[in-house]
Amino acid sequence: MRNVYVLGTGMLKFGRYPDKTVPELGGEAALLALKDAGVTIKDVELFACGNLFQANAMVGQRILQQIGQTGIPVVNVSNACATGSTAFREAYMSVASGMCDVAMAVGVEQMGKQGLLGGGGGGSDPAYATEGKVGSGLMPAVFGQAGIEHMRKYGTKPEHFAKISVKSHKHATKNPFSQYRNEVSLEDVMNARMVAFPNTLYMCCPTGDGAAAAIVVSEEKLKQLAGGRKRPRVAASVLTSDPWTERDLTLPDVSTLTRRASKQAYEKAGIGPKDIALTELHDCFATAELVHYENLGLCGDGEAGAFIDSGGGVHPALGGKAPVNVSGGLLSKGHPLGATGVANICEVVWHLTEDARAKDRLVPNAKAGQAHVIGLGSACTINILTI
Amino acid sequence: MAEQAQPTDTGPRPILPFLKLQPKPHLEGLKCTCGAIYLDPKRVACSKCGADGKLSPIQLSDKGKVWVFSVVHQSFPGIKTPYVTAIVDLPEGVSVRANLVDVDPVQAQKEPQKIFNMPVELTTGVAAKDREGRDVISFSYRPSKN
Repeated sequence: MRNVYVLGTGMLKFGRYPDKTVPELGGEAALLALKDAGVTIKDVELFACGNLFQANAMVGQRILQQIGQTGIPVVNVSNACATGSTAFREAYMSVASGMCDVAMAVGVEQMGKQGLLGGGGGGSDPAYATEGKVGSGLMPAVFGQAGIEHMRKYGTKPEHFAKISVKSHKHATKNPFSQYRNEVSLEDVMNARMVAFPNTLYMCCPTGDGAAAAIVVSEEKLKQLAGGRKRPRVAASVLTSDPWTERDLTLPDVSTLTRRASKQAYEKAGIGPKDIALTELHDCFATAELVHYENLGLCGDGEAGAFIDSGGGVHPALGGKAPVNVSGGLLSKGHPLGATGVANICEVVWHLTEDARAKDRLVPNAKAGQAHVIGLGSACTINILTI
Repeated sequence: MAEQAQPTDTGPRPILPFLKLQPKPHLEGLKCTCGAIYLDPKRVACSKCGADGKLSPIQLSDKGKVWVFSVVHQSFPGIKTPYVTAIVDLPEGVSVRANLVDVDPVQAQKEPQKIFNMPVELTTGVAAKDREGRDVISFSYRPSKN
């Protein structure tokens, strides 16, 4: 496999764009990335497009119908919340394999004010719908239970999850691309409306619209196109699915496939968690972030509570260490499902390249960063970037 | 021989196929020779070991222990909140997701450790009437009486 570099990135502020279409959002992000890379759509040889809610509607081709129909191969990707990051991996692989030298990944989603996700069942007769009658499949409860499992095993307290929300909201105040930029106190989070124990409102990510794009290139193309700029290398791009585990089919196990992906990613990149300057991880709920501290090796098993209490995950400028989700994370930055996996790669790239788009929140001397995504059902991606 | 009348034609129906109503309500799984148990009424093969043709029905115990839970405060219209949703481990080695009833949701949040490992038993009741006017029977777990 050949070395692959991220030449350009683009992202729309996450939020709500009721007056725009999915191809418009994706097309705008694509243009930002192309301009950032210093190339045009005519240079792109493969396009991987990640979108979930219009997965049957050729979103990639419709984006090209907005920005340039060059006839290149387009692959439309759907992989739950890991949709965008899986699209990025498709672009990465097309370059790594030698199939092409310039590839583009776009993640895009339009959710509006869609509320609770998950649940359902019952077919055509609502009398057979199981949600709330046979337990809950709604995301806040599913991920609540992942946190409660940690409480059960290690005595973790609801305050630990709440502190994560406080931290990520504070981070988001420095990110103009974030859907929400309000600070919240520990009391605010603890006293907020409970959605599904232990996740209160501020421990749940919002729904919204957004798009992000990345242009990846071979080493040869990098030399031609980078103009002396240092660009991050994709040191690892890993995808796993959920292996059989004891309760996975009843309570989705988001840890085992993350641990497998993490081990593979560190091995492939030849580095360890101590070398990672920043982590963007899949905090769809505060409870998820806490278990992933351990799954990604940022602290030992059972140590996530102590990690949080000692400033773990907090931006160094705020006195913390091993910063996690300095973008604000899904909790604040937002989670337009298909866009998320490309957006968190943008964030890591911006820190490694000291990009102006992250100027108020740069993690100093960042040489390596990782972006982790879980799509429930389940898919896990980890991309490690180094410079 | 006259065909026996099918009581389920007009009688109660289970909300999920792995809930069996006769001779008394119980859960039925599929067990593979490798030990894995599934709550599906049918499946192609075993997703633990990959073997096909090695799955056979197993009647599951009506008692179990709570592994974890959550308290749902926000749900779809028509669902009464708050309620406790739980993952219950059965002695056969399979877990079931269900509502946990006869437990105070607010108290469960205050003292979650009292819910972990709680011995529970299966209980059933009418959850709805379907379009044909049949009772739809659902199941949940409640603290075990013995």
